[in-house]
Amino acid sequence: MFSRDNWKEIFETIQKNKLRTFLSGFTVALGILIFVVLFGFGNGLINTFEEFFNDDATNTFFIFPGRTSMPYKGYKSNRQIEFDNSDLEDIENNFALLTQYVSPRIDRGGLVRYKNESNNYTTRGVNQDYRHAEKTIMMKGRYLNKEDIKNKAKYAVIGRLVEKDLFGAEESIGKYIDVAGSMFKVVGVFQDDAGDDEERRIYIPYTTRQLIEKNTDKVNQIVVGFKPEIGYAGAMAFDRSLDKFLRSKKFISPEDRRGIYIRNVADQLKQNQDFARVLQIIVAFVAFGTIIAGIIGISNIMVFVVKERTKELGIRKALGATPKSIIGTILLESVFITTISGIIGMLIGIAVLSSFGETLKDYFITNPYINLGVAISATVVLIIFGGIAGYIPARRAARIKPIVALRDD
Amino acid sequence: MIEIKDLHKSYKMGSNSLHVLKGINFTVEEGELVAIMGSSGSGKSTLLNILGMLDEADSGDYSLDGVPIKNLNETKAANYRNKFLGFIFQSFNLINYKSALENVALPLYYQRVGRKERQEKALKYLDQVGLKEWSHHLPNELSGGQKQRVAIARAMVAEPKVLLADELTGALDSTTSYEVMELIQKINDQGNTILVVTHEDDIAHMCKRIVHLKDGVIVKDEKVKQVRASQYV
Repeated sequence: MFSRDNWKEIFETIQKNKLRTFLSGFTVALGILIFVVLFGFGNGLINTFEEFFNDDATNTFFIFPGRTSMPYKGYKSNRQIEFDNSDLEDIENNFALLTQYVSPRIDRGGLVRYKNESNNYTTRGVNQDYRHAEKTIMMKGRYLNKEDIKNKAKYAVIGRLVEKDLFGAEESIGKYIDVAGSMFKVVGVFQDDAGDDEERRIYIPYTTRQLIEKNTDKVNQIVVGFKPEIGYAGAMAFDRSLDKFLRSKKFISPEDRRGIYIRNVADQLKQNQDFARVLQIIVAFVAFGTIIAGIIGISNIMVFVVKERTKELGIRKALGATPKSIIGTILLESVFITTISGIIGMLIGIAVLSSFGETLKDYFITNPYINLGVAISATVVLIIFGGIAGYIPARRAARIKPIVALRDD
Repeated sequence: MIEIKDLHKSYKMGSNSLHVLKGINFTVEEGELVAIMGSSGSGKSTLLNILGMLDEADSGDYSLDGVPIKNLNETKAANYRNKFLGFIFQSFNLINYKSALENVALPLYYQRVGRKERQEKALKYLDQVGLKEWSHHLPNELSGGQKQRVAIARAMVAEPKVLLADELTGALDSTTSYEVMELIQKINDQGNTILVVTHEDDIAHMCKRIVHLKDGVIVKDEKVKQVRASQYV
């Protein structure tokens, strides 16, 4: 069946029936192309979702204070809740088994000056563990440590862009910067994957910030890192008991939806992952539909091709073509066309996907790609079904009596 | 060469059955040129189809060159057709996207003859029918008579035992018909056995023997004095 002569015969047939070849090839190539592009877009969506989270740790709760909306235990409604240092210790002590670290967060804006250069930056008072929450990457020097916090040291860790703005090419480590009137020594420079905004920040010990602000013990927000091994369910339970604990400590009604708010990154991540997964299932479903449409398309064309060739096949049979050789010719022809055009469609699809890159980021599609294995499997599936689609009418054509076929005008 | 004994064939048409061949007996010797004549519906085409293994008889014996033709599966019938028979049709039945040469070479392709030998042989037979110069033309670039001559070359190329011609002049004007018949006579003169189905008297009389078919039986089987077609050309 695979002799050179057979191939020559098939090539001749393909060459001399260009429209037919083009139609069936086009259907297959288009089917695979759409499949590859759609599937790649699905992956691009997931990439986008993952990018939202991968610059921050996901085992984190951010606790924000707010105003109450209900009177409770003698306290009036609309009371501003505030956190202080005792809350940090209480959380650490009460949830020691679940907690990896607890850090406060005190944000202040202000003019920062070095020599003649100055600019407005957010200065964030934190402790040594806050680094884990932001996944801060140190470029040089060091992060804040426990001693700095204890000693209320006037040390600052500055972002990459702060260094660039204020120091230019100059070395920053060991130099002093003026932060809203207080001098801080730069001990480290960091970078952050989240981008420019985060790299325009300055971290200082929260205790130093409190000292500057008349030795207060208030903190703005509390960041809790839970142990990753407690898992999603553990995080959800921790979230609830932390909420309950803080409400009872701060005398907030359990029914009050305001007062404090806990942003659970683990929960948000899971919701987003679920959403992305559902999207991918939908995309995969549509892509699968495209493949089915491709199969139906190629089947239709094969039925038409065989119908159109009935008379020719009758002539061939009268001249001594066996049923096997008739089926072989049609099958080989259809598999050959589907294989070539399937590969072409696949390659175009992959080329289209890689040409998009980051350009569709505004539409939540980042770096669309398709696993080569998936693309090849889809192509193979289409080729196999193209073969089956060719085989059924070919077998019927091979069974037709030559006199019937010859009568067909 | 051909031996037929008590051949019956009927077609089912709904609940009725149409008895087309009602016991045909005849033999054809090697080198004969036989015309099978009859009005339409006499069963002459059915007989030719059975002889050509394109159709099967209900009962009766048929042997071709001593080989009994019975209970053939599709593959075997295809091989026998290829080896024993050459067909010439009224409507030529050339493959329209293949050149004259490729059309003629096609039976050899199914005999698994190598490409080069195929082309040489096909060209030789095209030369015999006088169309060597037209070998690379497509059928739609040829006249009716030329098409039929290509078809004759195609029927001849595999050197079959018997040539079967079904109304081979039916689509041609009389001058062209005589030219084609002249070619047939020439091939017959070389010793080939040829069966021609026709309803035209003058064509039939260019053969050496006429078998008259009427309502599925042979009513007359006579040797005739052959009229040479060359005198009309």
